Amino acid sequence: MSKELKRVAIVVLLMFGALFIATTSIQFFQTDTLAADTRNTRALYASYDAERGPILVDGQPIAMSVPIDDDYKFLRTYTNGPLYSQVTGYYTLGQGSTGIENSLGDYLSGTADSQFLARINSIITGQKPKGASVELTIDPVVQQAAWDALGDLKGSVVAIEPSTGRILAMVSKPSFDPNTLAVHDKQAVTDTYRTLIDTPGDPLINRSIDGNLYPPGSTFKIVTSSAALESGIAATDTQPNLSRFPLPGSTNTVSNAGGGTCGGGDTVSLETAFVLSCNIPMAEFGVQMGDSTLVDKAKAFGFDKELDIPMAVQPSTIRSPMTDDKLALSSFGQDEDRVTPLQVAMFSAAVANKGTIMKPNLVDSITAPDLTVLQQFEPKVFADPITSATSSTLSQFMVSAVENGAATNARIDGVSVAGKTGTAENGEDDPYTLWFTGFAPADNPRVAIAVVVEDGGGENQSGSGNSIAAPIAKQVLEAVLSK
Amino acid sequence: MIEASPRVPDAGRGIRRIRVPQKLRNLELFLLVVACGINAFAVVLVQLGAIGTVDSTVITLCASLSVLVLGMHFALRYVAPNADPFILPVASILNGIGIAVIYHIDLINGDTGWDSTAIRQVVWSAIALICAIAVVVIIRNHRVLQRYTYVFMFAAFVLLLLPMLPGVGQEIFGARVWIHIGPFSFQPGEIAKILLAIFFAGFLVQRRDTLSLVGRKILGVRFPRARDLGPILVIWALSMSVIVFQRDLGTALLYFGLFVVMLYVATGRTSWILLGGGLFLAGAIIASQTLTYVNDRFSAWLDPFSQKNYGEDGGSFQLVQGIFGLANGGLIGTGLGRGRPDITPLGQSDFIISSIGEELGLAGIFAILCLYLLLIARGLRISFAGHDDFGRLLGVGLSFVIALQCFVVIGGVTRVIPLTGLTTPFLASGGSSLMANWIIVALLLRLSDTVRNQPRLVI
Repeated sequence: MSKELKRVAIVVLLMFGALFIATTSIQFFQTDTLAADTRNTRALYASYDAERGPILVDGQPIAMSVPIDDDYKFLRTYTNGPLYSQVTGYYTLGQGSTGIENSLGDYLSGTADSQFLARINSIITGQKPKGASVELTIDPVVQQAAWDALGDLKGSVVAIEPSTGRILAMVSKPSFDPNTLAVHDKQAVTDTYRTLIDTPGDPLINRSIDGNLYPPGSTFKIVTSSAALESGIAATDTQPNLSRFPLPGSTNTVSNAGGGTCGGGDTVSLETAFVLSCNIPMAEFGVQMGDSTLVDKAKAFGFDKELDIPMAVQPSTIRSPMTDDKLALSSFGQDEDRVTPLQVAMFSAAVANKGTIMKPNLVDSITAPDLTVLQQFEPKVFADPITSATSSTLSQFMVSAVENGAATNARIDGVSVAGKTGTAENGEDDPYTLWFTGFAPADNPRVAIAVVVEDGGGENQSGSGNSIAAPIAKQVLEAVLSK
Repeated sequence: MIEASPRVPDAGRGIRRIRVPQKLRNLELFLLVVACGINAFAVVLVQLGAIGTVDSTVITLCASLSVLVLGMHFALRYVAPNADPFILPVASILNGIGIAVIYHIDLINGDTGWDSTAIRQVVWSAIALICAIAVVVIIRNHRVLQRYTYVFMFAAFVLLLLPMLPGVGQEIFGARVWIHIGPFSFQPGEIAKILLAIFFAGFLVQRRDTLSLVGRKILGVRFPRARDLGPILVIWALSMSVIVFQRDLGTALLYFGLFVVMLYVATGRTSWILLGGGLFLAGAIIASQTLTYVNDRFSAWLDPFSQKNYGEDGGSFQLVQGIFGLANGGLIGTGLGRGRPDITPLGQSDFIISSIGEELGLAGIFAILCLYLLLIARGLRISFAGHDDFGRLLGVGLSFVIALQCFVVIGGVTRVIPLTGLTTPFLASGGSSLMANWIIVALLLRLSDTVRNQPRLVI
């Protein structure tokens, strides 16, 4: 009988061996795939279980987790939701997350690698895990000024501190209220999400850094002028002052914005072309320098370059290589030039900061619940597109443009403002895209700004950057300067 | 009060040293105190995890169980001083952990008082322990049971048929294995498995010679004569009728597996295993082709994550949610009182292993499986060291029935085999299951006592 008993014992061991293997497989090897299954509500509940850290602006929460008596324990609540929606993004059941909620999600939920010890600690002490808080660089006064100045117009305002890259304001309109997506009813979230997706004007898109991108129009003349100055062609040369410029190799022609020539005289300098924002001389400079010179300069300013602020910024683009007819158009920001408002703000930031672009950034610091600082913002150089000499020349150009050129609506009493407008064409009959970019004070820049207004600011093809975008920028600049 | 056990020279088969009974009982007492402490600690952790405070429910949930297992311990000091010292503490801790996890589900569902499954589980544990103490006290010599072999057979068959009786039987979750009298419901099949084990042991001791010696050799394996196939065919038919009429795959597998293993141990003939395995497999395959509920279980087992199986009635929703629960626990679990065992349907009974896996993690599951293995090993040890064949067969039958039940239900939850509705011994909520398993504990204790203390022959 003992032989049989031994075999029975072995069978029992084999049965339990199978159980050991099966549980190990499920609880160790398959945990990630099983947690990722959309039908697994536990993973979802667990992601809400930890008190998600707040997102702060000037020490005040703009997003925080409020205790609630349901399966998810905490409700994500956004104070002043629409104002900050493009920065915070949303945090939903089943529709994922965007903005800071997404890009710093692991810190906010307490699962970042640097919070590993804290997690172990909370397991041992039995305390509820808590996420870290994220303090933004946004200045609430500037943000509010930008929000108010843009009014009901479709567009975006980005303001950055040129010497550090801190983003002081980032507004994109139309906006949405992330609270409507934070509710704990999956169906309601899906319905709201669908409605927002179908809303004209794409409120869910942060057009400051993402979306379809805009033609930069005359704001791109900062890049063309930089290239012209540094390649040496602008120092000595002037261009024929034409009222109509035939595109090389094409029957099409280009005219200046107001028709006619660029100021008086037979020839025109880069400075005049820039201050009066003439297209023909810029096209002539562009064709003279060649496509690779212009494209290289654009790339030096950040075109085609990855940038995280910490949300990923969609890189601005330019056609390359291009024939001379395209190059002529591209030189004043048309053809296939496509930019984000942040990139345009970086044009001005480079001029304002002696030719150096500091890496734009939204996050000031990340602080664990026990008040240890997990990450502190340090200014970093992003690029050195132009020399200090070029920057001071361009700075003079931009000051002249505001004082007595094409950007006069950005003038502020008692302060020297540098600026450049843009009025970009989209299609034959489509409304213009209106721009202003600049910085102030010109001698000691505290803020660089880009303003874009879509759909001609409601004035189809009769609005201009100076008439609509410049006054908006002026209000934002004043908000910074009055601090 | 307790005298040293007599040193019988030939009683030491398989036992390396013979312990003084008082030492055994003191070891048991120590382990029981540890077990009761762990049980109380588990309930405290559930309260801290789920509601953040500790209240007097801890005492309600742990006191009666602790008092009764200690009561059983003191009963053993008088009536079975040589009994195995590990069986009682292991059963106590499994019972207690089960109550803690069930209590957490009560807290989530907001069930209190008599609606609380944990409170009812405590009451059932008390009843079960009183039954177990009675068994140990009344049955002083297990060989008495052999006298009533056919009475047990009759009783087992009656219990199995009870749920089919109109007016008394009740169908729950598609299986007709319950009887309902007044406010009480009971699964007679749980008790029947003990009666069957006793009947099989008695029957096989009598008939083993004919079942093992004669027969023809085919391919080196001696197969039994056709007329000796009677018993196995009867049990097979019984199991198949359980599948067809009571719609309970697990119980059928349990009975048949128990019989085949006891038959094999009694006769030492591999052919019985081959025959039994073949018969059951054939039955199961026919059932899976002809009975929709068996077919559903099979497809849910093979592909639980497909949306079709997941979504349909009788599909894999419960199985998949149980697996999600286990995965959510990971290596060390969410902690007692911190998981979501309420999401899985029947997280307090059939799927309690998933609830435990979620809250205590893989580490907790391993600990639970090791406790079961320890319990089963102590039971098999009785069979190795026993003196009489009836006791040895009964020991292996009772131990194996626990092992098989664990395998069928935990294997079902973890997709080792198709899911069948069986209770996890000691852990799952349910009075009949608790009572049956505590009676098994009582019988194993009685048998282990006789291993060291040769009883009188009573036949």
